[in-house]
Amino acid sequence: MGGKTLYDKLWDAHLVKEREDGTALLYIDRHLLHEVTSPQAFEGLRLAGRKPWRLQANLATPDHNVPTTLQERQAGIAGIEDPISRIQVQTLDENCDAFGITEFKINDERQGIVHVVGPEQGATLPGMTLVCGDSHTATHGAFAALAHGIGTSEVEHVLATQCLIQRKMKNMLIEVTGQLQAGVTAKDIILAVIGKIGTAGGTGYAMEFAGEAIRSLSMEGRMTLCNMAIEGGARVGLVAVDETTLNYVKGRPFAPKEAHWEQAVAVWRELHSDADAHFDAHIQLDAQTIAPQVTWGTSPEMVVSVLDTVPDPAQAHDESQAKGIESALKYMGLAANQPITSIQLDRVFIGSCTNSRIEDLREAASIIRGRRVADTIKQALVVPGSGLVKRQAEAEGLHQIFIDAGFEWREPGCSMCLAMNADKLGAGEHCASTSNRNFEGRQGFGGRTHLVSPIMAAAAAIYGHFVDVRNELAQA
Amino acid sequence: MQAFTQLTATVAPMDRANVDTDMIIPKQFLKSIQRSGFGPNLFDELRYLDEGQPGMDNSQRPLNPDFILNQARYQGAQILLARKNFGCGSSREHAPWALLDAGFRCVIAPSFADIFFNNCFKNGILPIVLPEAQVDQLFQEVEAQVGYQLSIDLEHQSIRTPTGTEFTFEVDGFRRYCLLNGLDDIGLTLQEADAIRAYEAQRSQVTPWLFQ
Repeated sequence: MGGKTLYDKLWDAHLVKEREDGTALLYIDRHLLHEVTSPQAFEGLRLAGRKPWRLQANLATPDHNVPTTLQERQAGIAGIEDPISRIQVQTLDENCDAFGITEFKINDERQGIVHVVGPEQGATLPGMTLVCGDSHTATHGAFAALAHGIGTSEVEHVLATQCLIQRKMKNMLIEVTGQLQAGVTAKDIILAVIGKIGTAGGTGYAMEFAGEAIRSLSMEGRMTLCNMAIEGGARVGLVAVDETTLNYVKGRPFAPKEAHWEQAVAVWRELHSDADAHFDAHIQLDAQTIAPQVTWGTSPEMVVSVLDTVPDPAQAHDESQAKGIESALKYMGLAANQPITSIQLDRVFIGSCTNSRIEDLREAASIIRGRRVADTIKQALVVPGSGLVKRQAEAEGLHQIFIDAGFEWREPGCSMCLAMNADKLGAGEHCASTSNRNFEGRQGFGGRTHLVSPIMAAAAAIYGHFVDVRNELAQA
Repeated sequence: MQAFTQLTATVAPMDRANVDTDMIIPKQFLKSIQRSGFGPNLFDELRYLDEGQPGMDNSQRPLNPDFILNQARYQGAQILLARKNFGCGSSREHAPWALLDAGFRCVIAPSFADIFFNNCFKNGILPIVLPEAQVDQLFQEVEAQVGYQLSIDLEHQSIRTPTGTEFTFEVDGFRRYCLLNGLDDIGLTLQEADAIRAYEAQRSQVTPWLFQ
């Protein structure tokens, strides 16, 4: 018999019951909640007269709707100007209070984007199953946790039963060999992967990232990588446990302590795919060949290197692809064969569950230090992923570097990644964004998103257009 | 949940690959704390010429004449014919809620994104995967004939076209059972409460730090 993949191990350890038809009841260790996808689930519980199965498994924080200006935030929920958003955040508080669920409320310093907060608190641990009503729950797979997004009906199901009805996924290995060049990041790896396999390439798979380049990434980098597995179609991204994982987790508020820590580490060290494990699909990339990536279109698979040009529909493989390129060019207001570096930008957004952690802010600040945002940029935003990230950045003086350069330094939340709050693009505006989706209208009605790494966004803010950030490092 | 057994209804074609859930229901409508009322904002940015906001009187908004679902011939459609990777992106269940609220009970496509596919079954919507060639054929037929209808039978897992051609499709047994009977799967899972407790008792020995 062959060995097991990391995903196989996590699956097997959480099986409550297997059914003859191939579905299984899978136990869920951790459930994260936010204000957008939970109200109807709590309402469902109430209507059925049900209670949460295991309260301690749940942790909530508002993130999608919260305003990010200090002025609005100082007044707490009452400061949310949009009345519909205010009701939604208020409803999360009321539900968590009524059912007894731990919540980091709007002005708690631990509040933040749910996928930043979980790992930061040690509420995300290796070997766990973790779900949340948000597709970017894949992020937590960086800790060798089986983590994925669910819909609201499943949020209710997990609240009521601590389980999900699941069918096992297939295994995909993404192996990134060699070392990245300086100025190329985890974001560029995942964008390159999506460019290679397409947005549906990982559908039905759990995607494990391995290889020398992955082992060299920090936990922040691994979270960025797993975060966007869903943009490649895979609900689950995974990275095996190593010393980097253990060092990150140790000492965090929800992490095991003392004797439990030793016991946990012994269990966690087994969280890797066996050498003889079978993968249904195997993709290889050479890290050395990856250049900084920029999306030009309206799907994350529409991505090229910063040195490239915008694709030409005349060069497409087939009619369907040509149609897709034409439609994206029209929406994005770009011409075929235009150099990526010639795209003029209007706004820059550094934030989101993909890239708002302390390392992201440090790297962006290192490019910006002592320089100014280009006059042609209408707005450059930095939105830290949590109150604790913000505090840490301020302790290191990063906020001052951003402010001196002309960036706005905001309060934590999802912000312009999906523009549910007031932070959004105007119609036709181009944005260099460290977020995860460049869909039509995602960052605002008619807005045009270009996904990039934090250092690429930082350099673009200074020049007003994309540049190859590798050259900026050479000068520094 | 409303059961799904058989359906004979008008088909509306959405000839576009990778339709994401942001497109199906834009984020500003996700602020609602209800499960219903999303129908008028289904495909909002494609359907209307202006920018939609919650609370607007949608009947007064300018419709986009180029958007196919606005055509008179597709009004009242309950079956959406779509292209590959339908429902990709955000996990928002508001997407199937919006489809259902607009009257759609079935989506046919060559492939679906996983989370959207799963969310459909929780809401009495049947997502059907057909081979690309069959989907192509259906697109041609729908466009050629005004009032084109398909008859779908979940029990027999079959689709019949107006000319009598029959396609079969696969549905996972448990999902089919729940959909045919309109069952809430929480109630079914709670019948396994003893197994869940037994699992917890065993796991709390192996990984006690998860049960503090």
